[in-house]
Amino acid sequence: MEALGLLLHGFEVLLTFKILALMMVGLVLGIFVGVLPGLGGPNGVAILLPLTFTMDPTSAIVMLSCIYWGALFGGAITSILFNIPGEAWSVATTFDGYPMAQQGKAAEALTAAFTSSFIGSLVAVLLITFVAPGIASFALRFGPPEFFAVYFLTFSSFVGLGREEKHKTIISMSLGLLLTAIGMDTVSGQLRMTFGSDNLLRGINFLVAVIGLFGISEILLTMEERLALRGHAAAISLRVVLKVWKEMPRYWVTLLRSSAIGCWLGITPGGAIAASFMGYNLAKRFSKDKESFGKGRIEGVFAPETAAHASGTSALLPMLALGIPGSGTAAILLGGLMVWGLNPGPMLFVEHKDFVWGLIASMYLGNVVGLVMVLSTVPLFAAVLRVPFSAIAPMIVVSCAVGAFAIQNAMFDIWLMLLFGVVGYVFKKIGIPLAPFTLALVLGNRAEDSFRLSMIGSAGDLRVFWSNSLVGSIATLGLVLLFWPLLSAAFERMRAALVKSPT
Amino acid sequence: MAEPDEQPRAVASTRAVDIVVSLLLLAFAGLMAFDNWRSGAGWASDGPKSGYFPFYLSLLLGGASLFGLVKALADRTGTDKPFVNRDQLRRVMQVLVPTFLFCLFTQWLGIYVASLLLVAGFMRFVGAIAWWKSLLTSFLFAAAMFVTFDVAFDVIMPKGPLEALLGF
Repeated sequence: MEALGLLLHGFEVLLTFKILALMMVGLVLGIFVGVLPGLGGPNGVAILLPLTFTMDPTSAIVMLSCIYWGALFGGAITSILFNIPGEAWSVATTFDGYPMAQQGKAAEALTAAFTSSFIGSLVAVLLITFVAPGIASFALRFGPPEFFAVYFLTFSSFVGLGREEKHKTIISMSLGLLLTAIGMDTVSGQLRMTFGSDNLLRGINFLVAVIGLFGISEILLTMEERLALRGHAAAISLRVVLKVWKEMPRYWVTLLRSSAIGCWLGITPGGAIAASFMGYNLAKRFSKDKESFGKGRIEGVFAPETAAHASGTSALLPMLALGIPGSGTAAILLGGLMVWGLNPGPMLFVEHKDFVWGLIASMYLGNVVGLVMVLSTVPLFAAVLRVPFSAIAPMIVVSCAVGAFAIQNAMFDIWLMLLFGVVGYVFKKIGIPLAPFTLALVLGNRAEDSFRLSMIGSAGDLRVFWSNSLVGSIATLGLVLLFWPLLSAAFERMRAALVKSPT
Repeated sequence: MAEPDEQPRAVASTRAVDIVVSLLLLAFAGLMAFDNWRSGAGWASDGPKSGYFPFYLSLLLGGASLFGLVKALADRTGTDKPFVNRDQLRRVMQVLVPTFLFCLFTQWLGIYVASLLLVAGFMRFVGAIAWWKSLLTSFLFAAAMFVTFDVAFDVIMPKGPLEALLGF
């Protein structure tokens, strides 16, 4: 098994005092970020990214991914103790987690949440370890047309499968792609859409936009909603942990089902949010005792948490293997890779073995350490929520500004961040989804480059996207997904017609 | 979250904001389409010119916003939700205005002094926390930031006259 050997090498890379220390720092910051309402995985990673600019890529990615794991763990704490989901993907956890806390079983609920998170990500990391290298080496054969087809597929699946109104998804996506095109054209070197402004010459940096869209707009929304925090106290004892762990194998079907759902939705851009709801709903549907869901059933905590973590972790698979992020946070990590001078995509597995396998090894280690850490420090983090929001809000604003400035050392970017903050706030309120916007911002240049390189290769013939079976099937699948709502409506109609007129 | 006893008056309806945003996006798409058309949106001998890709994107954006505009204008179902009510708008402004001032001050005073002012001011006036607590917290925060970024991680931040005076 080649993967195992490389994984061991990854652990070797990891086991230095410096990286382990950064890992702990990342986890603590991540849990902190996950616990605070108004900050979450993508926001936390975006804001803390500048801290890593001066590190070497391996330390940087280990710290950032640990922030991400920490945020995934932390989201469960607020859901269960305060009935406030720290993250959108922990909404489903509140359904049974909070009732459990009300019944005085907070410790059980938390243990269940953390442990199932751990299992979910473990399954996803195993998937990454053994599947990602294969996909990457397969993708080494990809040329520009294949890459453009994959990008097209990614965007189409957002439009076709997303729950938002279609025209709003298209608005968000095309606006994102358009904004990335501002500045110097990478193929011809020509300036475009700068209107003579020096500041626009650099283009609109993806991270600046993300910090505004997620960081600042979340603060505005949190202030608007004026969250009242009233929570249950909890401390977890070893006895409770062992009790929950003993109970756990009974729910192996739920755990396995949720892990599978999570992995699938993580790799396709369905995301952790959809995964957690789907995990919960399916557990409920297949349960013999449907009535007890929503009233504090431990299975109702296992199901969404496993799915959310499996999805959050497996979202890194397409990012590593293809350079296409499966979630907003993965998109930000991808932005980080570019800042550190790495070229995301299948070549990573060939050129930067230390980096890739160090990251994968850190997923194993980070999750184990994270599990132990959250189990032992819950009371501490629950206390964080008693810090008044009026002290935390300005600090988050400052951190956002620091992040935005540090990327290009430009004051203009701080103003841009503020603008994107307002845009993000308004978009969220009128239902324009931000995920396609983020994805478009990070993939825009690459999508355009691959399109134009394929056009140059084929002398302007669009049939290049159907020139061989590989690119042809990806492009066709993209078209099918894009028009999926229309197609499925047509199928329905045909079926209805067949039923009505039996011949 | 709305108060159960009295519902504050809505400042704008979601539909109205939807219409305004659609119009703004439409204008933006038009501007972008114009600029890309000017820089060449057609095909050169070897492939698309630099304006080609963004030109069609701006058409896509314009089309989708036009669709949204027509849809919002035609919507007479009366199921319109308020976008923000007065109380909510006031609270949003309580963050937005200080953030704006913070950005402005960062330009003149550097980020550390500006963040000290922001944290202290926000805690005191929005959170109604005692002066000494606000000042102490903000000072510790600004100092911690300075140590983290300037000293430990070598990340350059905008600095102002105070830092120059202290010799950094």
